[in-house]
Amino acid sequence: MSEAALTIKNLSAGIARGPMLLHGVSLSVAAGEVHGLVGMSGAGKSMVGRCVLGILPAKVAITGGSIRFAGQELVGMAERQRRRIGAGMALIPQDPLSALNPSRRIVSQMTDVMRLRLGISPTEAAARALALLHEVHIRDPQSVLRRYPHELSGGMRQRVLIATAFACEPKLIVADEPTTALDVTVQKQILRLIRDLQRSHGTALLFVTHDLGVVAKICNSVTVLNAGRIVEQAPVAEIFGQPRHPYTRALFAATPRYDQPGGAVG
Amino acid sequence: MITRILSRLLQAIPTLAGVAVLVFVLVRVVPGDPVAMMIPPGADADVVARLYAQYGLDKPILTQFVIWAGQALHGDFGMSISLRQGVTGLIFSRLPATLELVAFAATLAVLLGGALAVFGTRYAGRAGEAVVDGLTGFILSVPDFLWGLAFIVGFGVLLPLFPISGRNDPSYSLGLASDFILTESFLRLRWGVTADILAHMTMPAVALALPLAAMIARVLKSSLAEQMAQDYALLSRVKGFSRWHVIVAEALRNAAIPTVSLTGVQVTFLVGGTVLIEKIFSYPGIGSLAIDAVVNRDLPLIQGLILTFAVLFILINLLLDFSYALLDPRLRHG
Repeated sequence: MSEAALTIKNLSAGIARGPMLLHGVSLSVAAGEVHGLVGMSGAGKSMVGRCVLGILPAKVAITGGSIRFAGQELVGMAERQRRRIGAGMALIPQDPLSALNPSRRIVSQMTDVMRLRLGISPTEAAARALALLHEVHIRDPQSVLRRYPHELSGGMRQRVLIATAFACEPKLIVADEPTTALDVTVQKQILRLIRDLQRSHGTALLFVTHDLGVVAKICNSVTVLNAGRIVEQAPVAEIFGQPRHPYTRALFAATPRYDQPGGAVG
Repeated sequence: MITRILSRLLQAIPTLAGVAVLVFVLVRVVPGDPVAMMIPPGADADVVARLYAQYGLDKPILTQFVIWAGQALHGDFGMSISLRQGVTGLIFSRLPATLELVAFAATLAVLLGGALAVFGTRYAGRAGEAVVDGLTGFILSVPDFLWGLAFIVGFGVLLPLFPISGRNDPSYSLGLASDFILTESFLRLRWGVTADILAHMTMPAVALALPLAAMIARVLKSSLAEQMAQDYALLSRVKGFSRWHVIVAEALRNAAIPTVSLTGVQVTFLVGGTVLIEKIFSYPGIGSLAIDAVVNRDLPLIQGLILTFAVLFILINLLLDFSYALLDPRLRHG
């Protein structure tokens, strides 16, 4: 196994003077690997992603544990330094509609991060944005750059966001249910796109999802979360071969099987 | 766009006609007699009758209205009874003072309200937000004219920082061509005069601006909170931008849209607020003119002024409507 891009140890987080959300979560994502983080809504899987990215909601705080990224401890780091370290990370968000600012053109939303992180000029950044849109197979990228988000379809918006996530060659990308808000045909294309880009760029991916079908297609290893605790952690082949924990088996039972008509859960 | 502006202007015509009728009837139905205000008690009945005839007040209301409306359509709103000048000229000479005061107050309100909202959002859930909430609550609970009186005592008398009355220092002549003396003195680079006018305007403008600023701060802060919870704001922080940057460069413009629609109406209250504030600060605008007109039962002047206020309200609402399209690209192609 190669060197880990991200190592989380015993991570706990909770609402101030309220319930705990994460109980001692540990996982590691190797460089260039796709690690799935699976669980029901409210299991805390997105919260893990937000801990890693440093964008916890105001009332939630990390109460213990460690997050190591690029050789540095992120827990307890000052915000200013944290923002600098963040250059090595990116996010592919869940809802491509609300993840793009409705009042800014695509080009400015793609280039702002490049200008900040890479320190390049607006012209250079725009040229790079164009190349990235080519890479995510957007037709007529030149005109897409000039448009506003409401002028693009959901799939195109998600492609723009994926292109932006890869813009600064991050070591780690957190993908937070990137296909949930899309319809099924688009889901498949987007999933393949993420996998292809992840492979060609050699990026480590923490893939948050509730969909075990997606996990089977894209992930190397999986962590199954329930109520903020890890219930199972294994390579994909193993967990699909013989899920050990009853909760994992229940998740499998709840996954619609497209190859068995009538067997799907409604 | 142009057709939309034209149709809105056409819609304004029946509104103005309605206001004209309402005001015309109201000022004649409510007790109070303009002629009685002009002459000493116990005057000769002949004199009274002549004065009634002179101002056309002896005719039936309907006839009076037809005469007045006919002249009004030609831009002639009659003679002021108490000031013995043409109403139209009188209003146009005092309107610029009010417009400059309202514009200054609205600018202050937007800047102050915006700053409070941004500050409160940056420190959401912490002491900074509580301070902003407390402050806006306090400001809102005191009406503008009380702020005006408090400022006169505080910064006019106890700590005389600002002049308490008028629009400019009367000891020198302005020598300006228009009545927009703030704008004109600034454009002519006579900034000493500009500073003097601003000093005179500061207290009335701040008194007018405070309640509006607090209202803007409240609405803007809650819509900023909504925007900051959107994924694009989170994504911007992941990209590496500071909270300040995310608030000002990403969320503010989107949060401004509901804020304009919710507080836009308040700007018209600002115009209404000038009536008391101008009187308190002896500021020579149409607000103080309106109070004098009412006190003297100066019917033609009251009618002219209320129509002026109505036109201002309609124009402000029109401007607000079109500012949405400026803020929200989704509305531009609709």
